[in-house]
Amino acid sequence: MGVNVHIEDTGEQYDCVPGESLLKAMLRLGRRGIPSGCHGGGCGVCKVEITRGAVSTGAMSRAHVSADEEARGCLLACKAYPLSDVSLRVLGAMQKNVCRPAGKA
Amino acid sequence: MALTGVLRPGHAQLRVLNLEEGVHHYRDVLGMVETGRDGQGRVYLKCWDERDHNSLVLREADRAGIDFVGFKVLDKATLDRLESDLRAYGLATERIPAGEMLATGERVRFLLPSGHFIELYAEKQAVGNGLQVLNPAPWTKASENGIAPVRLDHCLLYGPNVAEVQKIFCEVLGFYLVERVLTPDGAGNVAIWMSCSHKVHDIAFVEHPEPGKLHHLSFLLESWEEVLRAADIMAMNKVSVDIGPTRHGVTRGCTIYAWDPSGNRFETFMGGYQPYPDYEPTTWTFDGLGAGGGLDYPQRKLHESFLSVVT
Repeated sequence: MGVNVHIEDTGEQYDCVPGESLLKAMLRLGRRGIPSGCHGGGCGVCKVEITRGAVSTGAMSRAHVSADEEARGCLLACKAYPLSDVSLRVLGAMQKNVCRPAGKA
Repeated sequence: MALTGVLRPGHAQLRVLNLEEGVHHYRDVLGMVETGRDGQGRVYLKCWDERDHNSLVLREADRAGIDFVGFKVLDKATLDRLESDLRAYGLATERIPAGEMLATGERVRFLLPSGHFIELYAEKQAVGNGLQVLNPAPWTKASENGIAPVRLDHCLLYGPNVAEVQKIFCEVLGFYLVERVLTPDGAGNVAIWMSCSHKVHDIAFVEHPEPGKLHHLSFLLESWEEVLRAADIMAMNKVSVDIGPTRHGVTRGCTIYAWDPSGNRFETFMGGYQPYPDYEPTTWTFDGLGAGGGLDYPQRKLHESFLSVVT
């Protein structure tokens, strides 16, 4: 049973299955050319802010997410695993890809 | 002997967010040989066909990236001469005592204007490649473990002041320029590939506003077949792949770019050509890097991750 993820910037929603990161599931939206980054918590491209809901997290680089940010839900989507339905805002370099109209490369 | 001065990239120290995940990746998936752990908790590895004790050091840290790259030089006299040449050029150098890294002699460290620490050293314990020196077999059990590259080949680093970096490598350390990509206005270089040997690159740089960044550490395979097999092994182990398998126009190398569990990009690579110092450097326009196939010759596009995803 998956959870629902809501992207506040665009109003889009997608499903995320247990064990899947917010980023990996987001890629199924099919934004061509998303520079989704390293998928390892190292590069900082996929930074988001969790505005509603709970996530568990894996190790992510302090070069991109401070302890304060992490505490208030600013995270790297590749290392965030939703525990409930979640709403998020896109903060990082990924924003221009996620937020442009679907279908445009 | 023709090959003197700086011999080759001999070691690199990477920061990983979780040490054992990093060790699993580089030892069990990439297929390097673990050769030691030190009092700081760092893990040392080498590629199977390398003869010195280590070429990769993993250090657990709260951020990913690269601590330093070390080049082996011919002998201690060469180390002393290059240190004095670096100082005469105006760079500060620091001596790190023998033994600070396992099985490694004294190192001369300096900071490039791109924000990267480079080291030179003359001594690292030879542990061999697992084959006898007299009448050896062509391969060994370690050569069949994981992707099993034969050596650490080169690295690509991102930072500012690439023109100044090129002068240091070419005018002080005896490297030569093999290929370059021009800036969009054609007035300078946005990327440079330099060799201290007969290899198509021993180190490369891309101009980038943030200092000290790693684009990738590259490991050499011996055939295209092995690059495809590396892709299979990456998929079996759920490694995140960036680009490839494909061929770079730049250097003509056949490649996969992928990421370790901490997001440090690594490359499994074969081919290229064998340049000499008297060759005219190959030049790519900025458009040539993307539409001209410099980065990805079959796909002929500038993958967005190439310029934006670094650690």
